[in-house]
Amino acid sequence: MSVAESHLHDHHDDHEHDHHDLPWIKKYVFSEDHKVIAKQYLISGIIWAIIGGGLSLLFRLQLAYPDANFDWLKPLLGGWIQNGKLDPEFYLALVTMHGTIMVFFVLTAGLSGTFSNFLIPLQIGARDMASGFLNMLSYWFFFVSGVIMLCSLFIETGPAGGGWTVYPPLSALPQAISGSGLGMTLWLISMALFIVSTLLGGLNYITTVINLRTNGMSFLRMPLTIWAFFITAIIGLLSFPVLFSAALLLIFDRTFGTSFFLSDIYIAGQALSFEGGSPVLFQHLFWFLGHPEVYIVLLPALGITSEIVATNSRKPIFGYKAMIGSMLAIAFLSFIVWAHHMFISGMNPFLGSIFMFLTLIIAVPSAVKAFNYITTLWRGNIIFTPAMLFSIGLVSFFISGGLTGIVLGNSAADIQLHDTYFVVAHFHIVMGSASFFGMLAGVYHWFPKMFGRMMDEKLGYVHFWITFIGVYMVFFPMHYIGIAGFPRRYYSFTGFDFTQSFTDLTQIITIAAIVTFAAQFIFLFNFFFSIFKGRRATENPWRSNTLEWTTPVEPGHGNWPGAIPTVYRWAYDYSKPGAEDDFIPQNVPFSETKGSNFPHENEQMVAEAESIHGK
Amino acid sequence: MSQHELNLQSSEPQKPLSMNPKKFAFWLFLVTVLMIFAALTSAYIVRRADGGWLEFQLPSIFWLNSVIIVVSSITMQLAYFAAKKDSLEKTKLYLLITSLLGLAFLVGQFYAWGDLVEIKVFFGGKGSNPSGSFLYVLTGLHGLHLISAVIFLWVVFAQSFKYKVHSKSMLVIECCTTYWHFLGGLWIYLFGFLLLNH
Repeated sequence: MSVAESHLHDHHDDHEHDHHDLPWIKKYVFSEDHKVIAKQYLISGIIWAIIGGGLSLLFRLQLAYPDANFDWLKPLLGGWIQNGKLDPEFYLALVTMHGTIMVFFVLTAGLSGTFSNFLIPLQIGARDMASGFLNMLSYWFFFVSGVIMLCSLFIETGPAGGGWTVYPPLSALPQAISGSGLGMTLWLISMALFIVSTLLGGLNYITTVINLRTNGMSFLRMPLTIWAFFITAIIGLLSFPVLFSAALLLIFDRTFGTSFFLSDIYIAGQALSFEGGSPVLFQHLFWFLGHPEVYIVLLPALGITSEIVATNSRKPIFGYKAMIGSMLAIAFLSFIVWAHHMFISGMNPFLGSIFMFLTLIIAVPSAVKAFNYITTLWRGNIIFTPAMLFSIGLVSFFISGGLTGIVLGNSAADIQLHDTYFVVAHFHIVMGSASFFGMLAGVYHWFPKMFGRMMDEKLGYVHFWITFIGVYMVFFPMHYIGIAGFPRRYYSFTGFDFTQSFTDLTQIITIAAIVTFAAQFIFLFNFFFSIFKGRRATENPWRSNTLEWTTPVEPGHGNWPGAIPTVYRWAYDYSKPGAEDDFIPQNVPFSETKGSNFPHENEQMVAEAESIHGK
Repeated sequence: MSQHELNLQSSEPQKPLSMNPKKFAFWLFLVTVLMIFAALTSAYIVRRADGGWLEFQLPSIFWLNSVIIVVSSITMQLAYFAAKKDSLEKTKLYLLITSLLGLAFLVGQFYAWGDLVEIKVFFGGKGSNPSGSFLYVLTGLHGLHLISAVIFLWVVFAQSFKYKVHSKSMLVIECCTTYWHFLGGLWIYLFGFLLLNH
C-alpha cells in the first residue's frame, strides 16, 4: 500500500542528504541505522560472552580441584578467596551470573539483537526498521541494563546468588545469602530494563516484517531466517511481560513486605512475618517465560542455519513450508509445556503427565527440522565454509541434545535426574552450544556484508574443530556424572565416597572447558583483525540468493543506492535444472530465466510484465 | 496463510499487505500490557486455589469509578469523531472532559485504597494477605497505565492547539483513543474478574 511505499521513499531521500552531515556521535553511537545497531549488539554480545564464559571457568576450577590453593586468583577475585579457598556463596553467585549473562545478554540480545536487526531490513528489502528511534532506544536500554549487571559483580555483598531462575524464598530474603541483598536488587533492575529493551526490539521486528516488505516479498517468499526472527519476536512479546510481572511481585515481596511468594519462614529461629504466599507460584510465572525463552534463544540460530545450509549445499532447502510449520508448532507448544521444569515441585502427578505429553510432542516438529537439514545436505554440492561447519555443528548438537530432552521430558525419569548434571549437559548442548554455534555461523556468513571484508577461513577451521570437539568433551561426560547423581549448583561434592571415582572426569571437563574457551580467542583475533585487515569482499561472496547480497559491498544508509529490488521468486532457487548459474537471486524475474522455469512459473511471467510496465 | 498462498500463485509481483507501521507497533505495545495483566490474573487464580485466602468486601466506590471510565470512553470517542469532522473546538472540549474524567477515576481509585485500609486490608507488612496485595497491585498497575494515558491525552490536547489534530492527521488521536478504550476495557475486565473471583 502507499503508506509503506511513501514511507520508504521518504526515508531514502532523507538519508541521501543527511548522511554526510550526521555528527560522529549520531553515526556510530546514538545511531538509528539498523546495521550500526546490529554491530553494537554484536560487539556487546561478544564482550558479555567473554565475561560469562570466563565466570564459568572459575567455578569449573573449583569443581575439578576442590582441594587446590586458589591464592593465585586473588588479584582477580580479591576477598572472595579466603585462605586459598573460593568463597562458597561467591561460587553460587558465579553460577547465577554465568546463567543470566549467557541466556539473556549473549544468546538473546547478542543473537536476536544482532541478526534480527541486521538481516530483517536487508532480507525483506526495506530501507531500515519501522522505527529507527525505538530501535536505538532498545539498544541503549540493553546497554544500561548491562552496565547495572556489570556493577553488581563488583559490590561488596556480591552479585545475585540464587541461580539464574531466582527462585524465592532464597532470592527474596537478604538474610538467606549475601547475594540476595543489593546484588539481587541490581539483578531485578537490570532485568526489568532488559525486558523493556527486548520488547522494544521485538515490537520493531514484527512491525517491520509485516509492514515494510518490498514488492513481491510475500510471506511464503521470505527467507527462513526472517521467519525465525519473526516468530522469535512474537514469542518474546508474549512471554517477557510475564517475567516482568513475576519480577514485579518479587520486588514487592523484597521491599514492601507483601507475601506473594513467601510463607511461614524461620531464619535462625526467628519467625518472619510473611504469611500466605506460594513459592511455586513464582516458578509458574518464571517458567511461563523461561520455557519460551529457550526457543527465543534457539529459533534465530535455526533460521540462520537454514539459510547457510541451503546456500552452501547449493540446494533448495528441503521442506520450506514444513520448516515454517514446525517453527510455528514449536512456538505454540513452547507456551504450554512450562511445568515440565517443575515436576518435583509437588504438582499433581496427573497434571505432570499432561505436561509430559505436551512436552514430548515438541519432538515431532524438532525432528522435522533435523530431518530437513539432513535432507538438504543429502547429495548437495557442499562447500565447507566455516559458517557451514558451524551450521552442521548446530545440527549435531540439536540432535544429540534433543535426544536427552526426550529423556528429561518424561516425568518419571526427570524426578531422578532433576537438578543433576544430566540437565546441565542437556540444555548446554541443545540450547547453549547449538545457539552459540548458530551465532558464530551467522557471524562468519554475514561478516562480508557487515564489514565489507572476509574473515580468514583457515583460522575459522581451527576455531571450529577445537570448539566442536571441545563442546562435546565438556558436556558429554556430564551426562554420566548426572546419572551418577551429581547435583548441580553444589560448591563441593567431595564429602561422599561415591563421588571420588568421578573426580578425574570432572577434571577432564574443566580442562576441555579451558581449551574451548581459549579457542574462542582465535575467533576474536580473526574477527577484529579481519574488520581492519581482512581480504576485501565482493558483493555476493557466497553466491547466495537473498536480497542482502544485492546491496553494495558496504551498504550505506538506506541499504540500496537506487530503488529497492522487487522480489519475483523464493530464496532457494539453487542448482535449478536448466539455469545458467547454480543460483538465481530473488530479484531475477522469471522472464529472464526461461530455460529453467517450471510451467506454473511461465504463467507468472504475464503478470510480471504487467507489473513492470505498470510502474 | 492460505491467502498468501493464493497470492503466490496468482498475480505477480505485488505489494504485500501493509498498515501504518506506527499504529501497528502501538497495537503490539497493547499486547504486552495485556500479557502483564493476563499473567497477574492467572497468578491470582492459581494462588487463590491454594487456600489461606483472606475474603473481604470490594470497595463499593469501584462501581462509581467503572461508570466514570465508561463515560470517559464515550467522550474520548466523541473527541475522535469531532477531529475527524474537523470541528477542532469540540475536539479540544471533549479531550479536556476526558482527561478530567480520567483524573476523577484515578482519585476514585485512590479513595478505594483508603477504604481498603479502613477495613484492614493492607498491601504489605504484618497482617497482609496476598488477596489484598493482589488487589493493590492490579489497581495500582492499571492506575499507572491510566496516568500515562492521561499524559498522552494532554499531549494530544496540546497538539490540538497547534492545529496538528484534524481529519488529515488522525494518527496520534487514533492511538490515544485506542489506548483509552483499551484501558477502560481492561478496568472493566479487572473489576469483573475481581467480582467473580472473590
